[in-house]
Amino acid sequence: MEYVISVMLSGISVGGQYALIAIGYTLVYGILRLINFAHGDVFMVAGLMGIYFTATLPIGVALPLVIILTVVLGFTIERAAYKPLRSAPRMSVMISAIGVSYLLQNTATYVTGGQPMTYPDLRLLSNTVNVAGTQTKWVVIVTPFLVLILVFALTLLINKTKVGMAMRAVSKDFETSRLMGVRINRVISATFIVGSALAAVGSILFFTNYPAITPTAGAMPGLKAFVAAVFGGIGSIPGAVIGAFLIGICETIIKGLPSSWDVSVFSDAFTFALLIIILIFKPQGLFGEAATDKV
Amino acid sequence: MEKKKRSFSALICVAVLLLFVVFLENLSAIFPQVPQVFMPTSPLFTVLKKAAVYSLVAVSMNLLNGFTGLFSLGQAGFMLLGAYTYAILTVPTAMKDQVYYLFEGCAFDFSLVDMFGGIFGSEGAGGAFSMVLGCLVALILAGAVAGFFAYLIGIPVLRLKSDYLAIATLGFAEILRAIFQWQKLGKITNGANMIKGFPTFSSFNITNSSGVEVLRLSTFVPFLISSICITVIVLLINSSYGRAFKSIRDDEVAAEAMGVSLFKHKMLSFVISSFFAGVGGALFAMYVANAQAKAFTSVMTYEILLIVVIGGIGSVSGSVLATFLYVACSEWWLRFLDSEQYIGSFKVPLLRNGFRMVVFSVVIMIIVLFFSQGIMGNHEINLGALIDKITRRSKRSERKQ
Amino acid sequence: MKKIVALAMAVIVTSLTACGAAPAAQGGDAASSTGAAGDTIRIGVFEPSTGDSASGGKKEILGMQYANSETPTVEVGGKTYNVELVMADNGSSADKAPSAASELVGKDVSLVLGSYGSGVSMAGGPKFEEAGLAAIGVTCTNPNVTAGNDYYFRICFLDNFQADVLANFAMDKFSAKKAYCLGENGNEYDQGLVVFFKQVFEAAGGEVITDSFPTNNSDFTSYLNKAKSEGADVIFTPVSIAYAKQIMEQAASLDIGIPFLGSDTLDDNMVLEATKDTNLQLYVSTFYQEGGSEVFDKGIKDYINSNSDAMTANGGNDTISAVTAMGYDAYYVALEAIKAAGSGDKGAIKAAIPGVKYDGVSGSIAFDSIGDAVRDTAYIKTADTATGTWAFEKVQTGSASN
Repeated sequence: MEYVISVMLSGISVGGQYALIAIGYTLVYGILRLINFAHGDVFMVAGLMGIYFTATLPIGVALPLVIILTVVLGFTIERAAYKPLRSAPRMSVMISAIGVSYLLQNTATYVTGGQPMTYPDLRLLSNTVNVAGTQTKWVVIVTPFLVLILVFALTLLINKTKVGMAMRAVSKDFETSRLMGVRINRVISATFIVGSALAAVGSILFFTNYPAITPTAGAMPGLKAFVAAVFGGIGSIPGAVIGAFLIGICETIIKGLPSSWDVSVFSDAFTFALLIIILIFKPQGLFGEAATDKV
Repeated sequence: MEKKKRSFSALICVAVLLLFVVFLENLSAIFPQVPQVFMPTSPLFTVLKKAAVYSLVAVSMNLLNGFTGLFSLGQAGFMLLGAYTYAILTVPTAMKDQVYYLFEGCAFDFSLVDMFGGIFGSEGAGGAFSMVLGCLVALILAGAVAGFFAYLIGIPVLRLKSDYLAIATLGFAEILRAIFQWQKLGKITNGANMIKGFPTFSSFNITNSSGVEVLRLSTFVPFLISSICITVIVLLINSSYGRAFKSIRDDEVAAEAMGVSLFKHKMLSFVISSFFAGVGGALFAMYVANAQAKAFTSVMTYEILLIVVIGGIGSVSGSVLATFLYVACSEWWLRFLDSEQYIGSFKVPLLRNGFRMVVFSVVIMIIVLFFSQGIMGNHEINLGALIDKITRRSKRSERKQ
Repeated sequence: MKKIVALAMAVIVTSLTACGAAPAAQGGDAASSTGAAGDTIRIGVFEPSTGDSASGGKKEILGMQYANSETPTVEVGGKTYNVELVMADNGSSADKAPSAASELVGKDVSLVLGSYGSGVSMAGGPKFEEAGLAAIGVTCTNPNVTAGNDYYFRICFLDNFQADVLANFAMDKFSAKKAYCLGENGNEYDQGLVVFFKQVFEAAGGEVITDSFPTNNSDFTSYLNKAKSEGADVIFTPVSIAYAKQIMEQAASLDIGIPFLGSDTLDDNMVLEATKDTNLQLYVSTFYQEGGSEVFDKGIKDYINSNSDAMTANGGNDTISAVTAMGYDAYYVALEAIKAAGSGDKGAIKAAIPGVKYDGVSGSIAFDSIGDAVRDTAYIKTADTATGTWAFEKVQTGSASN
């Protein structure tokens, strides 16, 4: 029983962290139809910034600074690498995203010297707590609630504000909303800002839980978050969140299966198999709208 | 008539290139005083070998992405299949116990090289012949296995479009890697351990009876195989099938209306591309002298994709040219960026380990952003026309005299 | 505008390529003129400084650099030669290793040291063999590195020996009946050690549970909880540094209460740091124990503390990793080989290596017929969680079969 609880706990926290990255994917994909491969690396860079800033600044200053600079990074990437290619074929933009991801990883290797870096202890979040006989970190408990709050705030932003309305319009029909006077570039920037901010928050939670950061630390969570976004129906925020939790939980259950079965190595493979199956049988995902031009 | 003449002269160009490679490689044997760069162990030849291998993979990816418009990111997975097929089939039976030492031998107690050795003799010329034949058959089988798996995965996946297809094939490659690394299959795949001991490019160097190399062919072999494969791909592209592929790329609906069977042609392109990726994977195994699933990650696919983009999506000669530039830059010319350099007594700042890759990725980003057509766009280097021009000019000058 | 940018980029790219070609050419010329008759002997350093194994590779280089700064010359046949270390980064990956190896061959080095990590050594090995260049592996412990390659030697013990040592230690110290082994899927180092450990442990009547995690995994809590719920007495984790660090951090927050056994990769500052101020029990088998040679300890600490690059490479403090000591010994073995050969000629050096005997800080080094080091002891040390240092536990020899 203890064991089951511990597996569920880590599943939920992993899922929550994927959810925060997945929202970034789903927002960008909804509007630009672009798989932003660099998103996972932005997440990794946010983690590295967390290390360097907390080393010199008090936490109260460092963490907001991390979020702000991650937003700046996301914004800059969009302006420098995606905006010039807006009229180019979709494949070129995706290749540009792969290029940015390559650049971020190599720069991170250069700066850290290839050493795994340690994420600092963030007092409250890093402290341990005993839940029904299993010990765990506070961050594990906090994550799902924080995710829910952020998603709620995001839904408000999208449904109640002008920017949100523009976002919905653009994701429905890019060309028409441009003709109707929506300032496309502003809307896209706003999307990247929101996505990056969530990735920064996600990085704080994720790396407090798993404190070693390598230059490739963002690649896997990034890909899985994308799968979660597809699973939940791309473009749909609640879909992405539910998809992320499901994938996080499934993954930890597979890892937790008895070792005599020797299937725990397939926890990543399972995620991808799930993706292929979803794409084939229900390409619009759990909550996506059935649009013929997507798949 | 004109076309025939052109393809003939293109063929001659390729033959000249191959002869040049042989000459280059054996330069040091003819003139022992050549500069260091031409010694057989210099980085030049390592780079040439790797580039020859990668150019085949890049062209095969271009066939799919550039000529058929199918955005697939499964190249590393198909290379993995090819590399393992080749390795498992050619490791000599005598070596198997040592290679599979963790698993008490291999489930396949069989080697193509040994099998042909049994027929043609394993010593001297017979041995050489059976080695070459064994490798050749293994290479073809490597492609066939990759093609077969492509067919299986293609049935469901090819219905997807653009980035969904990309992410599904990427996922497929990751699944394959996990399966090949699984310790439970160790009797076949050697689990996490690398398979080694099979014939590599260096095995093709011709030695005399006392073991002295008389003719080096280790760079020529990958060039030869790659150029044959690329020629086949070019012929395919110029055939009616190739025209159907291009019509699918340009407009699926129109192509279908014109009577091109979408699924059939997509599948054909996918299987053929994977076949050559499999052959390329086998060549890659020969280049690194081992086969290990760890090497075939999505990073490798991205690298090849970037090569295709730099060369120009939809240009075979562009892909080949870009491969040689890419490999030479990343593995050879830019290496100096990784260590401290002095210009006079001035220490150049920033230079330390890892800087090479930063500069390199910046250069790639610049190409992607500002030269989105790549080196060649969708044009080709027309060897035939080039030769025509030269010969015509010389004829004209003859006439003047 | 676009044209100007394009033009500027073209200029930069061509100048970069030109720069790239120029030093390469210079290097080649310099090598051909000085390599044979000049007064410099070059030793190639074939190590990862990027990629997964960068951390370990850099620490190994550190040992060589310190040894080089201590003894920068070698006297051969009455003449003093300068010894120069030539670096090539093999990027921790098998597809980059061949070109790094031929880079060294092209720079006309007399012999090669390295690498950290067996996979790259196996991928680079054929290039050295082809060039008739001897390579001395420093901490590549896979049996297949030297088997089938006449030109590869090594100064460290092998995987099967190490696994044997740890399995015996687990039974001696903890009377362990059940061991949980965790390795990275597809990593030959991890999986090889796990298989050997399992053989020894089961032969002695114990029970072994093996498990693997996928590459780039970061959540280890499921695995650790599983080990606990299946009732393991020890957890054996022969994984690379980044994963080891992650596992230690997560084990500390889970309050796992089971002792950990680690292989030589876990003998690293980063891992040690993760155990500080926790109640983890971590035991590692390794090549060198701090305090083994006071002169070396003091010298290398001064070297690290006086040089900020070295400090960064060592992970920000001056704890000595065993791989650093091994890198240091490897350099002196190379010098011995050069002296024994009587020249900087690579063929003569290759012929001289099997006869080299050297008493290094990590113990005495000699080679057997395959080219492996003759070693029968490993140091076991434990993480002192209060002070954040390594404490010496015992010297363990293998079981009778070794």
